Amino acid sequence: MTGRERADRRQALRLLAPTLLALGALTVYPGFWVVWLSLQHRVPIFHVARFAGLDNYVFLASDPRFWNAARTTVVFTALSVALELALGVTVALALHRQRRGRRLGLSLLLLAWAMPSVVTAKLYEWLYHPAAGLVSVLLGGHALNWLGDPYLALPAVILADVWRTMPFVAILCYARLVTIPAEVYEAAQVDGAGRLATLGRITLPLLGRIVMLALLLRMLDALRAFDIMFVLTGGGPAGTTETLTVYAYRSLFQMLQLGFGSAVSVVVFALVMGVAWAYLRLLRARAVVA
Amino acid sequence: MRRPEQTLVDVLVLLALGAYAVPFFWQLLTSFKPETELLRVPPLLPSRLTLAHYSVVLEQSLIPRALVNSVGIATLTTLLALAVGVPGAYAIARLPLPGKGALLLAIVASTAFPQIATVSPLYLLMRTIGLRDTWAGLVLVHSSFALPLTIWLLVGFIREIPREAEEAASVDGAGTLATLRWVVAPRLAPGIASTALLTFLFSWNEFLFAYTFTASEASRTIPVALALFPGVYEVPWGDIAAASMLASLPPVLIVIGLQRFLVRGLVAGALKE
Repeated sequence: MTGRERADRRQALRLLAPTLLALGALTVYPGFWVVWLSLQHRVPIFHVARFAGLDNYVFLASDPRFWNAARTTVVFTALSVALELALGVTVALALHRQRRGRRLGLSLLLLAWAMPSVVTAKLYEWLYHPAAGLVSVLLGGHALNWLGDPYLALPAVILADVWRTMPFVAILCYARLVTIPAEVYEAAQVDGAGRLATLGRITLPLLGRIVMLALLLRMLDALRAFDIMFVLTGGGPAGTTETLTVYAYRSLFQMLQLGFGSAVSVVVFALVMGVAWAYLRLLRARAVVA
Repeated sequence: MRRPEQTLVDVLVLLALGAYAVPFFWQLLTSFKPETELLRVPPLLPSRLTLAHYSVVLEQSLIPRALVNSVGIATLTTLLALAVGVPGAYAIARLPLPGKGALLLAIVASTAFPQIATVSPLYLLMRTIGLRDTWAGLVLVHSSFALPLTIWLLVGFIREIPREAEEAASVDGAGTLATLRWVVAPRLAPGIASTALLTFLFSWNEFLFAYTFTASEASRTIPVALALFPGVYEVPWGDIAAASMLASLPPVLIVIGLQRFLVRGLVAGALKE
């Protein structure tokens, strides 16, 4: 190694030092610490803090509330992500063929995505108001108790989440569509391909990669969903909208079970990282085949 | 497509997107509706518009204080993430370092860390160092997601810049820091703007950490204040609508005024991978 290279490397370390220090303290260290906490009985207000081994996890395995939260999380993720992708791709296609008013269209779309999720929750709480909500008015005055009915609450929450995050999927797909060269379409036209054939054989396949990426990002987000249900329904009625993250949060800061709550958090952590890892494996396997 | 047909579809798409934003506009309308007409629909449109809800929120609630907290915390989080992230991203993008690829992968992976996974240790940490319910504490925990995002985006933006100018500067004897300051930074400005907007927005909107680490108006941010908006005997829908509009003001301004930078930042990370 030359003196120059060694100097460059030292400089690189100096520039990176604050980053490594900050991430070490704020993500890596807490990442290990939460696992350690999950192996303890820890209830700060009673000054309880002792090692518990896998007790918390053993309890989880037969905890009906945990399994209910796990099921709610999976249903929520599957439905909201599927709707977001289908709707997002459609909106991206519509925006892409737009000749005038694209900027206005993007603004209208991004409004829903950019505002705080707590605002989304407050907005939908008012829309779902049984007597004066816009939803009731649109349904011809049928006063349904959207957020209080165990069968309607989860769909109502999913709708609010889809509304908020579909624009993200649409923008990603739209940005990909813009990068497809016009020649590709001209060539298709010369070959006599109709509009449907062009969509099915050219546009959608070219969107494939970005849709897969949007799928991953949205899944990782939906699996840890918290804000909307915490503010809109508080996890109710009767726990029908309680996701794993809401359950973890309740255990940590409302029941003040720091050890047990951490165990639920670790499950969310493992779930999210597991999905990300499996997804990367899958992509690599497919790249080898193709 | 023929021209009239194209124009017709253009208008239809815009109308559909306008309909999509109706929940927002409905809340906007609600914030100007007289109290007595709130629970009386139909008619959908009020007989007159009033600023009463805004004056209640601005004069008698903790919302103004929460707005100040949010502006401060989101701005400081953005500045801290940039101050730490720009040099870090430059080192990863340009300087020789063993294991850089793995480091970047780890940083990208940490943007996927669920907040719930780190909230209990961070809570104990903040209690130990006495930063609960302070701006500094919230700026630090917000950096835990703002910094990885900043680095991920900036590494991409730096790699888009041609290397020649930096190599010329190096031949002229400029050190790394001088090159970063005088050669890279000016070319990176639009990328920094996009990154800053996204970081500011995420910090402004963040709820889970803000709800956990704040306890009073000393540091409560606007999403927390809105979630905890008090009602005496009935829910003050008009006041809540006005408060929601105030909470949405910076995001809406960014969407309308700085859309180009926002979309660029949003798309940057995704399309390059």
